[in-house]
Amino acid sequence: MRYSFLSILANGLSGQKGWAPAWRDAAPKPAYDVIIVGGGGHGLATAYYLAKVHGIRNVAVLEKGVIGSGNAGRNTTIIRSNYLLPGNEPFYEWSMKLWEGLEQELNYNAMVSQRGILNLFHSDAQRDAYARRGNAMRLAGVDSELLDKARVKAMYPFLDFDNARFPIQGGLLQARAGTARHDAVVWGYARAADRLGVDIVQNCEVTGFIREGDAIVGVETTRGPVRAGKVAVAVAGSSSRVAGMAGLRLPIESHVLQAFVSEGLKPLVDGVITFGAGHFYISQSDKGGLVFGGDIDGYNSYAQRGNLPVIEDVCEGGMALMPRLGRLRLLRHWGGIMDMSMDGSPIIDRTPVPGLYLNAGWCYGGFKATPASGWCFAHLLATGAPHETAGAFRLDRFRTGHLIDEKGVGAQPNLH
Amino acid sequence: MRIPCPYCGERDAHEFAYLGDATVTRPDPAAADAAQAFHDYVYLRDNPAGAHQEWWYHANGCRQWLRVARDTRTHAIAAATSARVSGEPA
Ligand SMILES: Cc1cc2nc3c(=O)[nH]c(=O)nc-3n(C[C@H](O)[C@H](O)[C@H](O)COP(=O)(O)OP(=O)(O)OC[C@H]3O[C@@H](n4cnc5c(N)ncnc54)[C@H](O)[C@@H]3O)c2cc1C
Ligand SMILES: [Zn+2]
Repeated sequence: MRYSFLSILANGLSGQKGWAPAWRDAAPKPAYDVIIVGGGGHGLATAYYLAKVHGIRNVAVLEKGVIGSGNAGRNTTIIRSNYLLPGNEPFYEWSMKLWEGLEQELNYNAMVSQRGILNLFHSDAQRDAYARRGNAMRLAGVDSELLDKARVKAMYPFLDFDNARFPIQGGLLQARAGTARHDAVVWGYARAADRLGVDIVQNCEVTGFIREGDAIVGVETTRGPVRAGKVAVAVAGSSSRVAGMAGLRLPIESHVLQAFVSEGLKPLVDGVITFGAGHFYISQSDKGGLVFGGDIDGYNSYAQRGNLPVIEDVCEGGMALMPRLGRLRLLRHWGGIMDMSMDGSPIIDRTPVPGLYLNAGWCYGGFKATPASGWCFAHLLATGAPHETAGAFRLDRFRTGHLIDEKGVGAQPNLH
Repeated sequence: MRIPCPYCGERDAHEFAYLGDATVTRPDPAAADAAQAFHDYVYLRDNPAGAHQEWWYHANGCRQWLRVARDTRTHAIAAATSARVSGEPA
């Protein structure tokens, strides 16, 4: 059923009894043209664009739990394209453009809200760095604006501008950035892919690969073997585990990132704000909770829960930026497992194993990438060549020295 | 998470700084396959879900490097020994 004003009206008048499930809970068939491992945002978007753009519809998404139960359902929903380096910026801007048309494309309300992101700076050196980033964005055709203190004060008068240690001098604004409803992105892609014939198979964990000679020709799962022309892995925090079943070691460490939401409030923060003197960022969900987070915990983890030192650090950053936060009660906090790559940038590439393709290394910033990641991964799978905006995301760049290190911290994943 | 430092006793994790996987060792730069070996050493990790050997530095304590055996699925720590005993961080 196509969602429209009329369908809402009709169902409203008939006691909401006319709604059908948004997608089929499929059982795996014996074989597909393409199998996508991982039913997060990236896997589902890949399936959708394979079917929609390339006409490849004999596709299955195999998900070990329920779709969206990984990072897609745990992130703080910020979407932006304010990157510095040429390998990254065109890709994230392509993603931003896809976000801008996503709801019409999918016929699904993903609550995309371009409420702007403001990166605050607190020193002259940081101002220079943000001016440089803003200029790099403009060179790539992306909106950015350097705001002075007075203009930031007009937007967010409640910030602690004259903090003794971290006075706010101004900020870099990307007005087209914002947030989207993470679960709705998952459900929207799932529904749209399903309507094009994609099988979404839940509770189906991939436990090994089927090989013929060198090549991978399918997967072993908890619901039996499934063969495929190509196997595409998009399992985020589990990338090393799944690649390990194919004998590959990846330039990735898994780390836990925590996030927090407060009790619901009346509208207070109408954009996304990031603190520049520590790691803290905040926005407000449409339900009213303040959603915030900071650094990853910093040690290898698959636990989906973090520890107190980072909670303390995040709260200190919040209090330095916005002292009124101290009066709030925390509603929930949780963690997700990040696929931290060695240079902080992602990988969308074929692997040395014939038949096996990899989408990984999204660190803590892969939600914003969801549409373009799916688009570019589908492009690679369908055409055999990388998409023009994702050509730098090669798996062998660590060998050739073409690293994409936005932060310039080197091969230390917990510092990216 | 608390780390049982052999010198200071059980201390909160926030006193420590993390370096990472303690099973990788710096290759011989003069070896014939040094380029390949350094690529693997710098960039590739087993990244296991389960038992992990890792380096922690007791920055706000005795300032020793420790080799810690920790389960990455539960954060439970099985052992922590001084790097002096188990080999320095490479
Ligand atoms: C707390 C937190 C805050 C974040 N905030 C932001 C943000 O504000 N902005 C932003 O851009 N990004 C953010 N991120 C990062 C973003 O969520 C991830 O980079 C992105 O969701 C990863 O892609 P995905 O959606 O495909 O991953 P996932 O949703 O994790 O999908 C991977 C799926 O693979 C499945 N899987 C794993 N192993 C197997 C197997 N063997 N067989 C079958 N299935 C398997 C998992 O169950 C999972 O559903 C945040 C992440 C966290 C945890
Ligand atoms: Zn000590």
